Amino acid sequence: MYTDKVMDHFSNPRNVGEIEKASGVGEVGNAKCGDIMRIYLDVEDNIIKDIKFKTFGCGAAIATSSMVTEMVKGKTIDEALEVTNKAVAKALGGLPPAKMHCSNLAADALHKAIEDYKKKLKSDSYN
Amino acid sequence: MRRVYMDHSATTPVRSEVAQLVTGYFTETFGNASSVHAYGREARKGVENAREQIASLIKAKPEEIFFTSGGTEADNMAIIGTVMANRDKGKHIITTQIEHHAVLDTCKYLEGQGFEVTYLPVDDYANIDIGQLKAAIREDTILISIMHVNNEVGTILPIKEIGQIAKEKNIFLHVDAVQSFGKIPIDVNEMNIDLLSASGHKIYAPKGIGCLYLRKGIKLSPLFFGGSQERKRRPGTENVPGIVGFGLSAELAGKEMEVEIIRLTGLRDKLINGILEKIPESQLNGNRTNRLPGHVNVSLRYIEGESLLLMLDMKGIAASSGSACTSGSLDPSHVLMAMGICHEVAHGSLRLTLGKISTEEDINYVLEVLPEIVEKLRSMSPLFNSMEIDNREECSTCTLTK
Repeated sequence: MYTDKVMDHFSNPRNVGEIEKASGVGEVGNAKCGDIMRIYLDVEDNIIKDIKFKTFGCGAAIATSSMVTEMVKGKTIDEALEVTNKAVAKALGGLPPAKMHCSNLAADALHKAIEDYKKKLKSDSYN
Repeated sequence: MRRVYMDHSATTPVRSEVAQLVTGYFTETFGNASSVHAYGREARKGVENAREQIASLIKAKPEEIFFTSGGTEADNMAIIGTVMANRDKGKHIITTQIEHHAVLDTCKYLEGQGFEVTYLPVDDYANIDIGQLKAAIREDTILISIMHVNNEVGTILPIKEIGQIAKEKNIFLHVDAVQSFGKIPIDVNEMNIDLLSASGHKIYAPKGIGCLYLRKGIKLSPLFFGGSQERKRRPGTENVPGIVGFGLSAELAGKEMEVEIIRLTGLRDKLINGILEKIPESQLNGNRTNRLPGHVNVSLRYIEGESLLLMLDMKGIAASSGSACTSGSLDPSHVLMAMGICHEVAHGSLRLTLGKISTEEDINYVLEVLPEIVEKLRSMSPLFNSMEIDNREECSTCTLTK
């Protein structure tokens, strides 16, 4: 039911973990639905220097989280904002139709983390 | 790679004696059991022999056994057939919240047809309260449909007590025995069962064959029309190979039951104890002792069932889960929900069901592999040992026992 690429990212997920003193953290989903994705960013000079994720969820949830981190690591914030859930699924060679909505939220988590980073940046500049 | 099949509640392999017999009925004894000639007579003999084999396993009379395409059809036939034939007596049905969908969806359908259904709640161990059953009985209750063993958590329900109540109140009792038939003793007379559903592929017979036990004298409207097979209760050319296979597997299950119960209970308890000992924050779902031999259901917190199944599969272990991803809906198992288990814990449920082919080495292998997999998934989970654990509403009200 899953593509080889999904299974590869599921069984060898890239960039698992947390970042201490992250520039931004974003989380989507909830335990009730069975999916929670959290993304940690380390941004320097507008570039995503490091990115880590932690995910509670099905195979697709873990694979999309892993894929999104790989897609934006080293990219600028603006480039990262252009990555969509659909693009993540495409990069994985597609997801089963049932998974397209419930587990394909990794880009949303990334965007939330960027939002968090921008908010922090703003409040820092006031100080 | 080692392969371990621990999903016997889903289906079982056809045992070789049965496969051999069935093959003969495909290629040589292939007659239509309704035909007059020798081919037909030989097939008929096989069918009637199987009817006796199955009847004797549950202490019924052969003429009380009606072959169906499986457990789901038997459940539909029992429930719809009884209430339609007895609708002049009432319109109320009592069942439980933890039935298989073959029963639940049939009841839902009947609600749309003007019948009223009470779905009894269950306790933490997936057991009903007899007092609540008594209280639910109305003047117009015509049928009680309660499963013998729950397919997801393995709890054995008190059918004998339920049968006593049904008999006193003159209400028909249907028992979905798909998970218990051939595995633990059933006596339809002692337990006062009026209708009972069973399935072949759960006891090493082929898929596509099951039966309904219907106590003599009970009116039943058929679901199908078009022939006089199964005394007009279930028209259609008999699935003779399936029927003879089911008959033999039932007979063998009866012969081996006593020994197999002891063996599977031992393996089950070893597996349960091993998991609870080796994996922190794990819990057994269902009762420790009042459960089907060979049936294990645990919840492993902070991880999700589907990813657990995928990782087990990579290690050659076949299991199942009550997580939403595997139930095909947004909600996790209705059984675990009815037991009051919170969503997060239900999503991390794992069902391991043992059978004839299970060995102690299989248990050891699972106990070696499972803790590593759980650890790997937990290390990825934001719910486990996180730097910033949010005080999520559901998680905070959620303990390991409830």
